[in-house]
Amino acid sequence: MNIGQSIIEALETLNGNKLRSGLTILGIVIGVGAVIAMLAIGQGAQDTITGAISGIGTNLLFVSSGNQIQEVRNPKPLTLGDAQAIADPFAAPDVLAVAPIIQGRDDITAGGQTMSVSVTGTTPEYFIMQNYSLLEGDFLTLDNLQGNASAVVIGPGVADKLFSRRNGVVGETIRINGQPFRVVGLLQSKGGGTFGSQDNQVIVPFTTAQTRLIHRSALNEVDQLYVQAVSTQAVPLATDEVKQILRQRHRTPVGVDDFTVFSQADFLSIAQTVTGVFTIFLGGIAGISLLVGGIGIMNIMLVSVTERTREIGLRKALGARKRDILIQFLIESSMLSLIGGMIGILLGWFLGFIVGRIAAASGNPFNPAISLNAILLATLFSLAVGLFFGIYPANRAAGLEPVEALRYE
Amino acid sequence: MAKDWVILANDLTKYYQMGEVEVRALAGVSCKIKRGEVVAIMGPSGSGKSTLMNILGCLDLPTSGKYILDGEAVETLNDNQLADIRNRKVGFIFQSFNLLARTTALGNVELPLRYAGKVPNKKERARTALESVGLEDRISHRPTELSGGEQQRVAIARALVNNPAIIMADEPTGNLDSKVGKEILELLLTLNRDKGTTLIIVTHDPVIAAQAQRIIHLRDGLVEENI
Repeated sequence: MNIGQSIIEALETLNGNKLRSGLTILGIVIGVGAVIAMLAIGQGAQDTITGAISGIGTNLLFVSSGNQIQEVRNPKPLTLGDAQAIADPFAAPDVLAVAPIIQGRDDITAGGQTMSVSVTGTTPEYFIMQNYSLLEGDFLTLDNLQGNASAVVIGPGVADKLFSRRNGVVGETIRINGQPFRVVGLLQSKGGGTFGSQDNQVIVPFTTAQTRLIHRSALNEVDQLYVQAVSTQAVPLATDEVKQILRQRHRTPVGVDDFTVFSQADFLSIAQTVTGVFTIFLGGIAGISLLVGGIGIMNIMLVSVTERTREIGLRKALGARKRDILIQFLIESSMLSLIGGMIGILLGWFLGFIVGRIAAASGNPFNPAISLNAILLATLFSLAVGLFFGIYPANRAAGLEPVEALRYE
Repeated sequence: MAKDWVILANDLTKYYQMGEVEVRALAGVSCKIKRGEVVAIMGPSGSGKSTLMNILGCLDLPTSGKYILDGEAVETLNDNQLADIRNRKVGFIFQSFNLLARTTALGNVELPLRYAGKVPNKKERARTALESVGLEDRISHRPTELSGGEQQRVAIARALVNNPAIIMADEPTGNLDSKVGKEILELLLTLNRDKGTTLIIVTHDPVIAAQAQRIIHLRDGLVEENI
């Protein structure tokens, strides 16, 4: 039998039982819609996160103490000395700048308002690396650093909370942990980042933080080193140079490193792995509803086979082979799932759109992305579901004995 | 000589297993039917006439015995070959018409051609078959829009469309009133005369059987020889 004609005939048959076909299709619509929506949301989350990571600069390296992969005993902390050694242009020609970082949380107060913020102690290079720009005032200067100055650069969120304005705050005094600091600069908003909001932070000179705010056990200990390579291409070279210097200084030329160097690419690949797993997980859960929809198809096809036993007997009497009957029922079940799949793609797109709108309304802009791959996958998968769950009923129809089928009332 | 016989059945038996009990439907039926003959098969219910018709129509295989239909030894064929024989050599007419309810008269008549593989001009042939039963103005009607007599005419057209060697009619007038039934029977006899198609009618109506050239009486799975 000719396939085109069989498809038309199958559609006519399904059309003859509108409510039943509609409900069966609905099961697939929900299943495919859920899968598409979940994949879109997962993809959207991945895009947003990788976008945020890409925003931190492609030529940055992050050095921290300890080893995340292998266990090391007594890792030496990173120190200011390490930072100075890496900044040496002869030892590390591919390194442009180094910024040591120590971070803590403290309460800050001004004008009766109190808030808890992240306090970062660092050097002037940090501002350039982070691509900060100012609303007013200046960044911290070398003088601030050398003079152990009580100067602070504040984020716009802090200004909002403490002063309820974003202009004329330079020159004001705020108290960090009870100690007075003079505001020298106000940062422009960078929005919510992957690592928490960058708007609610204050930045003080490294020396001041070290001596007065954030105490670490070792002398001149730092939490992290931000290293800027001369270019994106130089990142692997710079990584090697940093590792070489630190191995020498930590006296671990052989064996396991007691520090970790991360580049933006490393962060990116980790984030992609995590969101990838997340997407598969969501899609898998949604896939269960597709499975349930498939069982619905099987159920309705079994009913249909029983109901049309006489028709099957007649077709066999007229010369239909087993294969003809099998194909007829398989086409019917795959039409059900294919139509369901197509409507489901629209539903999934719509769900993704709604989620995107809700996210945008709640201040976390986020674009659920429906890829062509997801659409192809969903279409093929729903077709496969129809075929798989149609096989048993179709086989049952094809296996009927013509004499008995014709006699069936 | 053998070419004259469209049906050559020798000692056909058929047993059914009904749970523990073996039911004997045919106990050894032999019959020969000539090409172009009109034969009625009669017998009380349970006499095995439906079983015989199913076997002669290749819907079922005998438990034992030899059956040659239009030169083909049927008992040696597999399922697909049987389907092919039914398609090309046998036309069925049923008591309850058995038309596809959602398909037009033309579609119903075309159905055997669609299972026949590559047949040119399917639509044209189906239309010609409908014309030969006098339904040329009912081509695109669905069965529910047709009277009982018209429905049976569609079924006859469907049986004819593939130019089969034999037409098997199982109580073809059973669901029709006597006037329409007579018309249908007339139509079948006319087609037999014009086209020379062998006609086998299963019936328990003596009036219909009387129109046949020969009557095969069945009783308890055996042919009664004395008529």
